Amino acid sequence: MTTQVKRLLAGEPRTVTVGAQLLADALADQAAPHLNVEWRPPADDLLPALRRVAGDPRRASANALAAERMLAAGAQLVDVRRASDVIGLERGQFCHAGPPVDWARASGPLRGALIGAMLLEGLADDPDDAARRLATDTGIALAPCHDRGGVAPMAGVVSPSMWLFVLRDEVHDRTSWCPLNEGLGRVLRYGAYAPDVLERLRWMGDVLGPALAAALAAHGPIDVKGLVGQMVQMGDEGHNRNRAGTLMLLRDLLPDLAEDTARSGAEVARVARFVGGNDHFFLNLVMPAAKLQAAAAGDIPGCTVVTAMARNGTEFGIQTSGTGRRWFTGPAAVPEGLYIGGYGPDDANPDIGDSAITETVGLGGFAMAGAPAIVRFVGGTVSDAIRTTREMYEITVAENPAYALPALDFRGVPTGIDVTAVIRTGILPQINTGIAGRVPGTGQVGAGLVQPPMFCFVGALDALAEAAPAV
Amino acid sequence: MSARHVAVRAGAYRDSIRLMQISRMVSDLPGVSSALVAMATELNVDQAIQMGYAVPPGAGGNDLLIGVTVDEAGALPAVLERLDAELSRAPAPATTADGGQDTAPRTVAAAAKRFGATLALVSTPGRYAFVEAMDALDAGVSVLVFSDNVPLAEEVRLKRVADERGLLVMGPDCGTAIIAGVGLGFANVVRPGPVGVVAASGTGAQQVMSLLSVAGVGISHCLGVGGRDLSAAVAGASALTALRALDDDPATELVLVVGKAPEPAVADRVRSETATMHTPALIVPVGPGQPDLTAGVENALRALDRAVPDPWPRWLPEREFSSAAGALRGLFSGGSLCLEALAIAEPTLGQVRSNIAADPRLRLDPSEPPAGHAMFDLGDDRLTLGRPHPMIDIGPRLARIAAEAADPVCRVILLDVVLGHGAHPDPAAELAPAIADALAVRNDLAVVCSLVGTADDPQDVDRQAGALRSAGAAVFASNAEATRYAVRLVAA
Repeated sequence: MTTQVKRLLAGEPRTVTVGAQLLADALADQAAPHLNVEWRPPADDLLPALRRVAGDPRRASANALAAERMLAAGAQLVDVRRASDVIGLERGQFCHAGPPVDWARASGPLRGALIGAMLLEGLADDPDDAARRLATDTGIALAPCHDRGGVAPMAGVVSPSMWLFVLRDEVHDRTSWCPLNEGLGRVLRYGAYAPDVLERLRWMGDVLGPALAAALAAHGPIDVKGLVGQMVQMGDEGHNRNRAGTLMLLRDLLPDLAEDTARSGAEVARVARFVGGNDHFFLNLVMPAAKLQAAAAGDIPGCTVVTAMARNGTEFGIQTSGTGRRWFTGPAAVPEGLYIGGYGPDDANPDIGDSAITETVGLGGFAMAGAPAIVRFVGGTVSDAIRTTREMYEITVAENPAYALPALDFRGVPTGIDVTAVIRTGILPQINTGIAGRVPGTGQVGAGLVQPPMFCFVGALDALAEAAPAV
Repeated sequence: MSARHVAVRAGAYRDSIRLMQISRMVSDLPGVSSALVAMATELNVDQAIQMGYAVPPGAGGNDLLIGVTVDEAGALPAVLERLDAELSRAPAPATTADGGQDTAPRTVAAAAKRFGATLALVSTPGRYAFVEAMDALDAGVSVLVFSDNVPLAEEVRLKRVADERGLLVMGPDCGTAIIAGVGLGFANVVRPGPVGVVAASGTGAQQVMSLLSVAGVGISHCLGVGGRDLSAAVAGASALTALRALDDDPATELVLVVGKAPEPAVADRVRSETATMHTPALIVPVGPGQPDLTAGVENALRALDRAVPDPWPRWLPEREFSSAAGALRGLFSGGSLCLEALAIAEPTLGQVRSNIAADPRLRLDPSEPPAGHAMFDLGDDRLTLGRPHPMIDIGPRLARIAAEAADPVCRVILLDVVLGHGAHPDPAAELAPAIADALAVRNDLAVVCSLVGTADDPQDVDRQAGALRSAGAAVFASNAEATRYAVRLVAA
C-alpha cells in the first residue's frame, strides 16, 4: 500500500478541478476544499504532439532534475581576459547573439556591430570596406555566442581582442562568459560603430579590462549569484535594471582597483566612473550567471525545460534541455516600449540579444514584481508587474529561493520555462529588453517589453514529441 | 512658423522611464513636431544636439533638459503648460501592494502546487483529458478522470505511470467517487460507514450505495476505477490499487467490487488480491448471467449482519397498470443500470435490442425507431461526444418519452432517474410533466422508474418519488425491482 493513496484517503480531499464547472460547483455545494483551473483547450493541431510529450514517462523526473540543477548552479566571477584567450577566438572569427545567422540575413544593428568589430580588429579600412568583406570574405566566420558557451547582450558581437568576464559554476564544473558592458546609447552592441564607439572599445581593451582583471585577481572570485540575490531585493530585475548590482560590484572591486599601484589615480577614477556611471554594467554578469544556470539544466532526455532564449535581430530562437543544441526559431517581434528622444517604433529593429537568458532563469520580465521602479516601460503599474511575475509561475517548473521577491512574500523567482505549459496555457514568456535602431550605426532607440513567437515553442514541442515514446 | 524651446532645469530629477513617457506624451500633443524631456546626461545632450536643439553649456546629469519644437509658435505656451503639469503630476495612488488577488491557476500542476492538492478532478472533453491527467500525476497527485472518450492506450499509460509513483487513477469515464465523505462527479450523499466500494461501474455503484443507505449502512470511500479497468488491456490496474487502499483503511470493514464481470485473467488477479486482504471483499457484478445489484447489496448486508429491507422502497401510482402484450422500451442515463435491466429482461422477454448489446445482431442505432423490446443507454460514450450527460440534460429523454408514447407497439417505458451531486437539480420537475402527458394520451401505457438517490441528496429522494408517482409512474428504489415490474407488465 502506497503512502500517497493512503494520504488521499486520510481525510477530506483537496481537489483541483479542470473542465466542467458543474463538478466544481458540486464541490462548492459540499463546502469541500477545491481550486478550479482556468482552463482553455490547446489548439487541436498541437494536440497529438502535446499528448505524446505529456505522456513521456521520463518527463516529470527529467524536469525535476532540470529544476534541481538550475537552482543548484553557482556563478563565480573568476577572471577577466581577452576572448582570444578564453575561447580561442581567432582573427576573422566573430561571435554574435541569438541563433545562427549569416551576413545576408543579419539585421541592421548586427551588421553595424560586425562592421565596428571589423574596424576594431583592424580587418577593414572603413565601414564600407568592412561591410564588403563581411559579405564576401571567406576568412570571416560567424557563430552564436551560445555555441561557445557564452552570452552577449543586443547584437552580441564579440571579437578576439575584446575582454570577457569569465564565470564558473563549480557545482556542475562549467564555465561561461560575457563581454564587458560599454554603457548606453551609441554603442557597438546596439549597432553603432562611429569613431567614438571604437575609441571607447579600445579604452576598454587597453585599460578597463586589465584593470578589472588585476582588481579581481587581488580580490579573489566574486559570488555573482549572491549579488544577483541581493539585487532582486533592491529593485533590480537583472535585465533592464541593474543599478544595484552594478554598485555592489563596484563596492567589491573599488578598494582593489585603488590599491593597484600599477595604475594612476586618474585611471582608477575613470574606471570607477565608467562602471558606476553605467547602470547596465552588471547586466553582463547577470547574463553569464544565468547561462550557467540554464546550461546546468541542459541535455536531459525527455526534459521540456527551455535552456536558452536568444535573438539575433532577425529571428528569435529557443533551445530546450531534451533537444540539446537545436534551435527552434521564428521571426523576432519588435518590442513594445518607450523611445529615446525623437525615435519611434519605425526606427526600431526587431528584438535582438542573448539577454533573454535572464528570463530563461526567472529574472528580467519574470522578476518584474521585484522591480517596481521600471514598470512604466509600457505604461504599466506595480500591480501589472506583480501579475506578470505571477503569470510566469504558470509556465515554469521551479521557484528559486536564492532569488527571492520581497513583494511576493519572498517567493522565489519563477524558474525554468516548460514548453508544454506555454503551449497549454498560451502564456508566452515576458521579456524586458532594450530596443536597437534598425539602421546600422544608430545605437539604442528605446526599451520595452517583448514576447517570443509561439512558433518557437510549437517547433520545440514537435521535436520533443518525436523524441518521446509513443503512448 | 515653427518654434523651438530649449530649457535646462536644475535639480529636477525624474527617472528615465518616467521621462521617456513624458517625452512621448508631449510628442503626441497636436502641433508638436518633436520633443525631448530627459536628464542632461552626456548621451541625452548629444541626442538633443542631433535633434537640432542648442543645449546651454554646463548642463549635467542632475539637470532636467527640455527640448520642444512646435509647428506654430503660438502653440508653445499650452504645450509647456501640459509638460509642467505632467512633470508635477503625482503618481496614481497605488492599488494593493500585492496587486490584488492571485491570478487564477492555468494548469493542473500549477493549481495542485499552489493548493497543496491531494486529488485532481479532470472533466475536460476526452481528447484533452490525458494531458491534464498526466499533469496531475507529474505534480504528484492522484486523479479522477470523469471525461469519457479517452483512448484505451492513454488509460493504460496513465495507470502504469500512477502505479510507478504510488498514485491512483480513477477513470477515465469514472462517473462517481466518494472520498472521506466528499462526493466527486455524480455522487449521492451518503453517511460515513463501514463499506468501501471499488467501482468499475458508476451508476452501478450509485445504486449499491443508495440501497445501502436505505438499509442504514454508510460508506467509507467509493473509489471509481472506470469501466475499462477490469478489461484485459488495463488488467485491473486501478482496482488492485483501490483494493489495497481500502484494505489499509481502518474505517472500511467490507469491500464491494462493483462492475461488469471482469475478463477471466483479470478476475483471477482481483480474486488473488482479495484473498490476501485482511478486510473481507465481495464482488457485485453487473450483466448477463449475474445476480443483480440489489441481490449484491443484500449479500453485503447479510455479510455485515444487517437487516435487509423488505420490501425495498417503492412508490406505486394510484392507477394500477394493466398487463398486456407489447414492447418494453428502456431509456437509461446510467450504463450499468441499462446493462442490469437487459440482463434481467432477456431471460423472460427473449431478445432485447440495445445500443450497448454485446451481440452485434442485437445492436440498435439509437437514432432509428426501434421495433420490439429495446433499451438505450443514452449516456454511452458515442452519444455524449460534445454534449452533456443525460443525467444533467434531461431534454433528449423528454423527446424520447413522447416518441415512445406515440409508438402504439410500446406498452411500457422504463426509466432511470439518478440523483446526487452533479446530476440535474430537479429531474422530476422535467420528467413528471412529460410522463403525465404520455399517460394522458395513452391509457394503455405504463411508465416505470428506478430512482437512485438518498434522503440526503440535494434533490430529496422522497420529493422526486412523489412527483414522479403523482405523474402516474411506478417508482422503485431498486433498478432490478423496477425492471422485473416492467417485464411482468409486457410478459403477461
